[in-house]
Amino acid sequence: MIPELGHLALVLALALALLQGTLPLWSAARGDPVGMRLAVSGAVGQFVMVTLAFGALTWAYVASDFSVANVATNSHSAKPLIYKISGVWGNHEGSLLLWVWILAIFGAAVAGLGANLPLPFKARVLAVQGLIGAGFLAFVLFTSNPFLRLDPAPSDGNGLNPILQDPGLAMHPPMLYLGYVGLSTAFSFAMAALIEGRVDAAWARWLRPWVLVAWAALTFGIALGSWWAYYTLGWGGWWFWDPVENASFMPWLAATALLHSAVVVEKRDTLKAWTILLAILSFALSLLGTFLVRSGVLTSVHAFASDPTRGVFILALLVVAIGGAFAMFAWRAPMLRPGGSFAPISRESGLLLNNVLLATAVGTVLLGTLYPLFLDTVGGPKISVGPPYFDATFVPLMVPLLLAMPVGSLLAWKRGDLPGVLQRLRLAFLAALLAAGLALLLLGWQHLGAALGFGLALWLVLGALVDLAERIALFRVAPAQSLRRLRGLPRSALGVALAHAGVGLLVLGITGATALREERIAALAVGEATALGSVQVRLVEVHQEQGPNYVATVGEFQAERDGEEVHRIRSEKRFFPVEGMPTTKPGILTSPWADHYYVLGDQAADGRWAVRLYREPLVVWIWWGAAVTGLGGLVSLSDRRLRVGAPTPARRRLPVGEGMAA
Amino acid sequence: MRLRKKQRLYLVLGSLVLLGGAAALVLTALEQNVAFFVTPSQVAAREVPEARNFRIGGLVVAGSIVHDGDGVVRFRLTDTQQEVPVQYAGVLPDLFREGQGIVAQGELEPDGTFRAVEVLAKHDESYMPKEVVDSLKDAGVWQHDGSGVPSQ
Repeated sequence: MIPELGHLALVLALALALLQGTLPLWSAARGDPVGMRLAVSGAVGQFVMVTLAFGALTWAYVASDFSVANVATNSHSAKPLIYKISGVWGNHEGSLLLWVWILAIFGAAVAGLGANLPLPFKARVLAVQGLIGAGFLAFVLFTSNPFLRLDPAPSDGNGLNPILQDPGLAMHPPMLYLGYVGLSTAFSFAMAALIEGRVDAAWARWLRPWVLVAWAALTFGIALGSWWAYYTLGWGGWWFWDPVENASFMPWLAATALLHSAVVVEKRDTLKAWTILLAILSFALSLLGTFLVRSGVLTSVHAFASDPTRGVFILALLVVAIGGAFAMFAWRAPMLRPGGSFAPISRESGLLLNNVLLATAVGTVLLGTLYPLFLDTVGGPKISVGPPYFDATFVPLMVPLLLAMPVGSLLAWKRGDLPGVLQRLRLAFLAALLAAGLALLLLGWQHLGAALGFGLALWLVLGALVDLAERIALFRVAPAQSLRRLRGLPRSALGVALAHAGVGLLVLGITGATALREERIAALAVGEATALGSVQVRLVEVHQEQGPNYVATVGEFQAERDGEEVHRIRSEKRFFPVEGMPTTKPGILTSPWADHYYVLGDQAADGRWAVRLYREPLVVWIWWGAAVTGLGGLVSLSDRRLRVGAPTPARRRLPVGEGMAA
Repeated sequence: MRLRKKQRLYLVLGSLVLLGGAAALVLTALEQNVAFFVTPSQVAAREVPEARNFRIGGLVVAGSIVHDGDGVVRFRLTDTQQEVPVQYAGVLPDLFREGQGIVAQGELEPDGTFRAVEVLAKHDESYMPKEVVDSLKDAGVWQHDGSGVPSQ
């Protein structure tokens, strides 16, 4: 009964979304407030209906109702509760329902929190959200209905793929979708602005909190995914430039550019058409990502079994949404009046450089991701474009961007003083140079790249600190006054510094983990040891253990230096009888300096165990760096001038951050 | 107005330089770093790119997996027409087993052994890598329920 109610709720949601997507547009054109307010009711109603549907599917999973085909295929009664719940989105149908649910949440949030939006604009934003919702609800209902029944119902389910039985599944997809789908708001705001033919500072101010939420969620989502892929064996480590990873990374790059160009619109009333284009592009790349992941057209480590008709449906959605948006852009963008001009050396130019480099980076990643597909379609050879391509194109684009980052954020609007800024960054630059030199001395010339990477990381972190110090006039006024300025600083300024420093930490982690990684593959009998870096790793014992729904073969490793124990790590091979599948849990000991990552492999005929041992220096900073960057986004979001519900800009207590906050 | 024109000129020039640079980067990187995908039949017929990495996809032949003492695994890959011996030093992915479709990247040794540097199996046990499906289709043994696995 409950699954049928869920199905009914989805059908009602589709009807509401269609209503929300059409009537308010018509009413906004005619200036009819009743019809426009319908958009708000529609968005809230759609949210309630999709929530009911999602709740119904979750109930079917928790109650192990195997008469529902989706539950029977993907769940099992002996599974721990957390994996019954996260199993809801561990499959195609459920994950799309999650997608639609988050879309409905964003729609309702715009309806509920956007009290300061003029009614016609709000109606148009919600109408575009409604149209996106209608497209995806139709997709769920017609190609991927999660509520289909099985008759007769099996006595138990097939279980969830054991590799997915991991806390990562509970966190990574919802977070990633929050980001992907959150960008739909940017798209809707852009479309509404194009319909009205007006983009101004107020528009950019309305837009920014939504982009910030989506961007921060995407940052956390990608970082979580990277971490999950790192501790799961066979997924290519923390970053593999896999098509599915790229599919989430491209919207992130575009959203990063959007976040920066929206600042220019807000402060200087220029780069308007470009910002609109970026908003469209960000969501277009989200849709493309959904298409790539859900259609299975690309070979990926993370690919799931998929069905070509679904791919065609998403492709059609993609073509309609993106094609429509670009046509609208071509038609209306020339009407946008250009705003203020700026000198080649200015904050605007810095942000433009950021945008151009990020957009180019998106282009190269897109090309590398789609090129094999393109060649295959035109009947060319089958190829794969791997990490070397992306390393060779992405890194040279990012290095100038990162080098310029501390400089750009110190430049003044309109006309900047480059020598003055460089003067203020002098100490940071010297320190970075010194760090690079020191690293070179310690590591030797063969690690020149790593030394430069460490220098760059320090440059970014110090650059962010200098930015903060300049804002509070540290050492130029009395410390007490600096402290007062710090407290009066707009949150967005703190957010920028945090986000930029986080990128520095990220560079630190990437440099350490790629350039200084040590690896040892060996076959060890129990009691034998092998060298890894400065320690000897001994396989102390191997035994069997019983888990909740698996049997584990546990290998105990002990690292020794000069015969003394340094640490002990256990690695497991688990066998899941229900699914008939093994998984491997690497043993990982994390520290700020280096991770030790030990894997127990198969037993050879002579009784020795294949083992794979890694030392991954500084790798943990990759995720901490990304987390700090995402946190910067959240801190910015808490800025009172950006607060979604704030009807008017808050009165400023201190004149300090005025016009400087980015 | 003059300022705006100048500004636009800078922007266009800068973008052109950047795009040119990016295009050059992309072309050289594609030239050097693309891995071709071949089937076991193509390897047997020696239709493989010389002196560079490529990918090979197929099914793991039942009973062919041998774990050597020194952490090296040997097995054979088949598209049901031809078999290729593969050698891999390392720990195999969890989904690696007899009859499973996998993709390996590496180089062909002069003796005809494929030395893999990477062996990929997928997330999902019902998933078959697209290249493997295509190579089974080429061999004419692919069945739509994914059971084109003669050894099971």
